Formats: sequence, structure tokens, C-alpha cells
Amino acid sequence: MRQTITEKILARHYAKKRVKPGDFINAKVDLCLGNDITAPLAISEFEKAGMRSPWNRNRIALVPDHFTPNKDAMSARQCKILQVFSKAHGIRHYFEQGRVGVEHALLPESGLTGPGDLIIGADSHTCTYGALGAFSTGVGSTDLACVMATGRCWFKVPRSVKFIYKGRLPKWSGGKDVILFTIGKIGVDGANYEAMEFTGSVIRRLPMDDRFSICNMAIEAGAKNGIIAPDEITRAYIKQTMGRRYPLYAARWAYLYSDKDADYTDVHEWDMSAMEPQVACPHLPSNVKGVSELKKISIDQSVIGSCTNGRISDLRIAARILKGRRVNSRVRLIVIPATQKIYAQALDEGLLEVFTKAGAAVETPTCGPCLGGHAGILAEGESAIATTNRNFVGRMGSPKSFVYLSNPAVAAASAIKARIAHPAEII
Amino acid sequence: MKIKGSVHKFGDNINTDEIIPARYLNTIDPEVLSGHCMEDADPDFVKKVKKGDIIVAGANFGCGSSREHAPIAIKAAGISCVIAQSFARIFYRNAINIGLAILENGQLAGCIQTGDIIEIDLAAGRIYEPKNDKTYITQPFPEFMQRIVSAGGLMQYVKDSKGI
Repeated sequence: MRQTITEKILARHYAKKRVKPGDFINAKVDLCLGNDITAPLAISEFEKAGMRSPWNRNRIALVPDHFTPNKDAMSARQCKILQVFSKAHGIRHYFEQGRVGVEHALLPESGLTGPGDLIIGADSHTCTYGALGAFSTGVGSTDLACVMATGRCWFKVPRSVKFIYKGRLPKWSGGKDVILFTIGKIGVDGANYEAMEFTGSVIRRLPMDDRFSICNMAIEAGAKNGIIAPDEITRAYIKQTMGRRYPLYAARWAYLYSDKDADYTDVHEWDMSAMEPQVACPHLPSNVKGVSELKKISIDQSVIGSCTNGRISDLRIAARILKGRRVNSRVRLIVIPATQKIYAQALDEGLLEVFTKAGAAVETPTCGPCLGGHAGILAEGESAIATTNRNFVGRMGSPKSFVYLSNPAVAAASAIKARIAHPAEII
Repeated sequence: MKIKGSVHKFGDNINTDEIIPARYLNTIDPEVLSGHCMEDADPDFVKKVKKGDIIVAGANFGCGSSREHAPIAIKAAGISCVIAQSFARIFYRNAINIGLAILENGQLAGCIQTGDIIEIDLAAGRIYEPKNDKTYITQPFPEFMQRIVSAGGLMQYVKDSKGI
């Protein structure tokens, strides 16, 4: 039996020629990460188990991004645990305020994640790095503690499902719409425990930022990982982010693909040429409708940011719509560049000026409102459209609030109209 | 291990934001977390729950974030076992890693109500429901996971197997 790209990466990290779905493996990890919510628990487990020092101080990333800038004294204490641990053990990839960003945007742009890597993170959206052709998956804090101690993690090799997207995406639809469409079709547990492999002409044309959005939300279908075989677009991206380590990754191209007759539990094939922007309605990411069906839904807040859609191309598209226009006076538009680098680039390109003059609040990089942490919480009865990834009950604040998920163009257009709007209504 | 307890029933897709909302994640203290357990699914849950009670739910229990605070809150609230039609994968491994008993069974949720008493034989994977005198059989854990569970959680298992 030939192998999928996911199986090939897992086999190499288990020093085997092949692994098959259902196998339990204790695989070598290239990078592990935790944030200000999950790492304190991992550090506590690590210390309780009497571990003296981490397996490799260069392969642990600690990213205080969820409740930062510290929202209260208790959050500050959590962040301090990361800072103290990092200092004590010389953790190389600890990111302090002013350098930190939303983890799944920050680590790829810092050249810490690459094709063929095996990455685990105590954060469910760790599956984002599959966009680079890595095997990456979210785990819990105890798993993170175990990896910090041993450099290894146990996995059950997942079965793979293949998604083939044909045709060409219409104007205003992007990676976010591809993944929302997919979750709408298969459901929030449609790929439970499985590897989602994204292929087809649509994917091959998509820039990296859109690919990150797609793999980021694989977890929203219950998947273990999402993955896109690397190509020239990936190569150009890592050439820029990896620096001296680039040749190591370039050498992996030879095997980072799924064999032609690899085994899939299911193959889905869709033509995407007529897909309008998609919106996930409360309270599940699978409750997906076309944007034109929702034009009567009024909104109180619009959030553009997060590990799903806070990258530079997301901000560019939002700025295109907002340029020379005003956010509706009844709406709070919150724009959060995902990392400091993206923030600086948006500043250079004049995007932050566009947002500010339109009446948006531009925030420092943080997960903030996405998880109802801080800096943009909803009151009872309020509705928001957000470029984030979850719309569960209470996700952005009050358990009696409502979150609609969309791409950044729709979120920007909706902020102008004070209701869910198609970008074509604006320009 | 044998468990007997009163059932709290929940539906499908109970996610980690409902189990322990993110607004309470500025601590890792199990006691504090347990005070908000299931708050956004049932605000009165913590008032009703008693030590040893059992959660029975539908499909995809624990979907959403990776927060281990979710199984920790459930365990600290006194819940002795969670039985669901299916579990989201991160919740599943977190529960095993911290030693919260979980079982997968697709029929039970449709046949019982909140307040019913059930008996569980964890080792045999058997659930007994006295009201209708019905027994349900569940798939036992794979052997590898049983070793983690019997070691008392992942960290202890790692310590034991590495001789640390």
C-alpha cells in the first residue's frame, strides 16, 4: 500500500519506512508550543513530575498571546509563569510583549515551522502549519509537558480524507470560504480523528495566507491535522522565512507528497467556481450559508484578526473595502494585526491609517476577543461578524450573544453596512 | 473500577467553551475551574452536581479548543465518568492523560434521562441501567491507553517507562 503525505511524515519521525492508520506510535517532535493559557498547566505538570530540564530549549516555543497585554492580575500571573520558566531554562523562542503575536501567525513567519516537520502545540489551532506541508496537531497541556520532557509524543496514525477543489474561486472568495464551505458540507465532526488533505487546482493557486486559513480550521471539522503538499508557493514562502535553514527543508521536497494510489477513507470533489463568500451562523462553524442569504442580519461588532485571518493579505483586502469609507456609527470595528511584523507592514503600507480614518479600533496583536478573552467582548443580545474560527455559545462574551464567521472582505463590508453584507455591495 | 452515579444528560457537540468558558482560563486551579463547569451549557450545573455523578452526552463531546482545563473542571466538579456517543480527539486524549474516566457508547444517551442512576464497570466497559434493567457494552480502550490510565496518567507513565 502506498502512503499519504501525513503517513510519510509520521513514519519518518518514528524511524520507520511506513506506518498505517490505527498504529500507535511514539514519534519524535520537531517543535512544541504552548501559550499563556495552556503552558502554565504544562509547566506545572513538568515540575510536578520532577523534571529538571527540558529536552531541547531551542525546540519549545512559549507564546503569551491569549490574554495579553495582560487583562488582569490573574492573567499576568499566568504569563509570568512562562517568563520565569523561559528564563530559568534558556527557552529560546519565548516572545515578550511588543514582539509577540498570535502564535499560529507568529511561528511560521519566524521560520520555526516548515515542510515535513512534526509539530505539536497545546492549542487546537496548531493544525495551521499543515499549510506548509508539516504534520501539526493540537494536544493538551499534559501532552505538552511530556514533549517538553522527552521530545516525543504518542499518536494514533490517522486515516486520511482527500478534498479536491476544482475550478477557480470567484472574486471575494478565498481560503476562509473554502474551509467554511467544507465544514458546512461535512459537519463539525465530519473528519473526527482524521487527516484532511487539501488538493486541487484551487489550492495550487492560493497564496500561503489563504492556505493557513484553510488548515487552521481543520480542527473545526474535528480533524487531527490538515495538510497541503508543498509546492513552489510554499518554497517561495519558506525561502523568505527560513534563512540559513532553507536548504534543509528544500531537500524534503522529494518525498512530501501523497502517492498516487494512497488509501483514503473518503474523497470529496467540488467545483468552487460559483462559491460566493460563506458565513457560519451561530452556534456552530458548520452552520454555513452563502453571504447573500444573510443580508438582513444586523451586527453590533466586526472583528478582523486572529490566527485564521489576521495576516497581511487579510488586512489588505479589508483596507481595500474601507478606504475612503466610514464604519457605520452603530458598529464597533476591531482590527487586530496578528503579529508585530504584520502590524509594522500594515503601518508601512498605510493600511492602519485607512482603518483608523474609517473609524476602526486597531489593537496590538492578541487573540483577545476571538475566545472572549478581552478587548472586544459582546454584551447579551449583541451580534458580531468575525474573521475568527469559532462561534460556539458564549465564544466572544455573553452566552446570549451571537457570532457569525466570515472572510475579512465580508467583515469589512458588514462593518460599513451595520448588517451582514457582500463586499460587492460596497465596491 | 466500579462507579455508580446519577446522570446529567447533554446533547451533541458540547464544546470546551461551554464546559469551561475562556473567561475563566486565567487560572489553572481545579477548584476555581470546577465552580464554572458546564456554565454556558447549563448555568445551574454546579449547583446540581454531586460527587460521583456521571455525564452522558451525544456525539463529538469536548469539541473545540485544546484546553485541558475542560476535563480538569469536570473531574474537579466530582464527575466520575463521561459517557458520550463520541468524543472530539483532543478532549479524548486530555481525559486519558489526566485520568478522567471516559467511555464511548452510542445508545445510552437515547435511553436515559437526567437523574437516572447507572452503574459502570470500567475495566469491563459495561454500563448497567437498573430502571429498564438494561446493559450496554462499550469498546475497551486500546491496550496502549490502558497502560497510561493504569499508570495514573501520562506523566507518571512516561516517568515509569523511562525510569526517570
